[in-house]
Amino acid sequence: MFAYVVRRILATIPVMAVVALFVFSLLYVAPGDPAAVIAGDQATPDDVERIRQSLGLDRPYLVRFGAWVFDIMRGDLGVSIFTNLPVVTMIQQRIEPTLSLMVVTLILAVSIAVPMGVVAAWKVGTWMDRAVMGFAVLGFSVPVFVVGYLLAYVFALELDWLPVQGYTPFSQGFVPWFENLILPAIALGSVYIALIARITRATMLEVLQQDYIRTARAKGAGQPSILFLHALKNAAVPIVTVIGIGIALLIGGAVVTESVFAIPGLGRLTVDAILRRDYPVIQGVVLLFSFVYVLVNLVIDLLYTLFDPRIRY
Amino acid sequence: MNRRDLLRASAAAGAAAALPRASFAQPAQNRVLKMVPQANLTSLDPVWTTANITRNHGHMIYDSLYGMDAQFRPQPQMAEGHVVEDDGKSVTITLRQGLKFHDGEPVRAQDAVPSVTRWMKRNPFGQKLDTVVDAIEVVDDRRLRFRLKRPFPLLFKALAQVSNSPAFVMPERLAKTDPFQQVREAIGSGPFKFKADEFNSGSRVVYERFADYVPLPSGTPSLTAGPKVAHFDRVEWHIIVDAATAAAALQTGEIDWYEQPPPEIQELLRRNRGISIEAIDPLPLTGILRFNHLHAPFNDKKMRQAILPAISQEDFMQAIVGTDPATYFTNVGLFTPGTPLANDAGMGPLTGPRSIDRAKAMMREAGYTNQPMRLIGPTDILAPSALTQVAADLVRRLGFNADIVLTDWGTVVQRRTSREPVERGGWSMLLTAFSSFDFADPAAHFPMRGNGAQAWPGWPTVPRLEELRDAWFDAPDLATEQRLAREMQTVAMDELPYVPCGSYLSLTAIKRNLTGRVPGLALFWNMRRT
Repeated sequence: MFAYVVRRILATIPVMAVVALFVFSLLYVAPGDPAAVIAGDQATPDDVERIRQSLGLDRPYLVRFGAWVFDIMRGDLGVSIFTNLPVVTMIQQRIEPTLSLMVVTLILAVSIAVPMGVVAAWKVGTWMDRAVMGFAVLGFSVPVFVVGYLLAYVFALELDWLPVQGYTPFSQGFVPWFENLILPAIALGSVYIALIARITRATMLEVLQQDYIRTARAKGAGQPSILFLHALKNAAVPIVTVIGIGIALLIGGAVVTESVFAIPGLGRLTVDAILRRDYPVIQGVVLLFSFVYVLVNLVIDLLYTLFDPRIRY
Repeated sequence: MNRRDLLRASAAAGAAAALPRASFAQPAQNRVLKMVPQANLTSLDPVWTTANITRNHGHMIYDSLYGMDAQFRPQPQMAEGHVVEDDGKSVTITLRQGLKFHDGEPVRAQDAVPSVTRWMKRNPFGQKLDTVVDAIEVVDDRRLRFRLKRPFPLLFKALAQVSNSPAFVMPERLAKTDPFQQVREAIGSGPFKFKADEFNSGSRVVYERFADYVPLPSGTPSLTAGPKVAHFDRVEWHIIVDAATAAAALQTGEIDWYEQPPPEIQELLRRNRGISIEAIDPLPLTGILRFNHLHAPFNDKKMRQAILPAISQEDFMQAIVGTDPATYFTNVGLFTPGTPLANDAGMGPLTGPRSIDRAKAMMREAGYTNQPMRLIGPTDILAPSALTQVAADLVRRLGFNADIVLTDWGTVVQRRTSREPVERGGWSMLLTAFSSFDFADPAAHFPMRGNGAQAWPGWPTVPRLEELRDAWFDAPDLATEQRLAREMQTVAMDELPYVPCGSYLSLTAIKRNLTGRVPGLALFWNMRRT
């Protein structure tokens, strides 16, 4: 197992190299010039060129790429063209809100969606099943930002129970931290809940038809025990796979959610950087996201062994 | 009072028991002002970049030798006064006593000289000043001297300039930075200190009142002139990109001021009696339609003139601010309505009944034979986006063979620098808007420049406009300036470096319990909570 983990971690290196090459090349050919944005309307073409030179944007592709890769290998993601801050610092400033949002969303989504899916499978064909499926369709169909606006309108503007926007660091207390995250997490989690609930239902329906479930019933096992100990554990592999895949959904959705709720996370940092053509920041954040994807896949693979002892690496 | 306020109040009451008596004079929350600015603050150097938000940041933390009052008259600010000698060729400025930078160091002439020198390398008004400066000398710690090749009547106006990148004074060690590089610290001598440790670009910018700031002892706050007295201990800029969220935050009291709500949000906020919707600047911004003068079809003056009968400034303005006529101006020429140089010379082609048919006939007379043209514009900035939509409709109705390319602003900024013809990725027409200060006089008014290759994208060559502009810099009095302004407008409306599309007020949403706001920009001195 240990050797497998090491192998998988080493395998991230070529993946990250390809991502780095792809991101850098894409930005190189993309339209937009940060020097023109910085120089502003009053600048002469010479001014823009001088700024371009000072930023190193006039250097050839290979030279720029080589310098960037060399810096990355030293753990240096570069400096933001606009803020003059190291990209690492900017990511550090933004990683906590995004991580918090994703963790709360994940916990919320799994703790709601899995029981929902289990209940829907158990009560298949009843109104409970239809209600769960109806919710799932709604969750898929309504965009995250609409859910966000609705939640903010009801719970912040009308009822005044929760803040409209912003983020309070965990270090300033659990309650204010959670108060700021609950609405965004529900908004972001709505699609995720729908996805996991549907997969859980479908997988559970299949598992509940298996012989060993009939055997468990024959042995006198109670319904909760059958559902959660016998069936759910055997249905866990596809569910965990979907949870893993869904993390990509979460990262994408976080961009919108962070904008709607003014959470200073990595999603908004990415969008802001793209709009300004802040190349070092875009490259740094995309690399980080790619690394997270690779890592999540590894964790999911390892979790398989926990739920299904037959799987060995 | 709602549930959260009650809980907060209870908690505050408990905590208050432990506070010293002095703190009761003004509750802590009243000493903090929270505002959603017009954009994210990315760069901190107002000389390096011309972004409006960076200029506003500059006014928080820096001070300038001269301030500009609402009547566009320069007034001493950091300067105690000046002496003009040698027939106007020597100007000695004396600094006020007791001025300090935020790092505790005194402000000296040794700081002011490199600050002005660096600013002169980047700012167009400064660049003009640079051409007549022989030297700027340090006389002693409190005095600096401009030695000029010839008198420059607008020297103080230049030093007081409000439009992008004003002549702020920085510590000498920072002011000596290459003007094409950013300064590494944000240290000024203005009424607020920048909290670098709390800066999170894209989320929050924090300022603290500078206790050692010495405001002018007398006078009335007016634009950037007069005493700058900070009544808030702390000012926080919260970057909220989503307009609905910012509006909701204003309604729930999470913020006090929303600088630039879009029109549909303004309507919503008007219903809240605790919020005032007012013009942030009594003077309006101006929209423009810019031609590319290098290539067909608009390298032909007759083609540029042909579309004038179809231009309705009202249509353009209503697309930005809605139908309330109190919020926009029509019959707008070269200069900002309400400023001394605004006039009506040469405006005939833009007034009177509008006619698409007449424009089409003029296009035919000008020899338009379906040459391709490209309109470029942004989708992510309110005013230029709205202006571009109106223009897109217009060029279609006029029958142009038009390619309409809408992208994000970053792409437009790059694409507009292309001097290539349309078939090689160039452009023919773009629309954008400029602040009241940019168009208040010819100094910062770069779309009116006719200096060809050196001009703002569009590159018109109109030597007469350049001559008139040069003459304006030497104008001895306002009457001469106004005469030259009329002439400039007459020439511009004939040559059409651009077409004015009207002017509009930028409305802001602010809590009614905030008083003393200085009109013009998002300025934070003199403002207090009642």
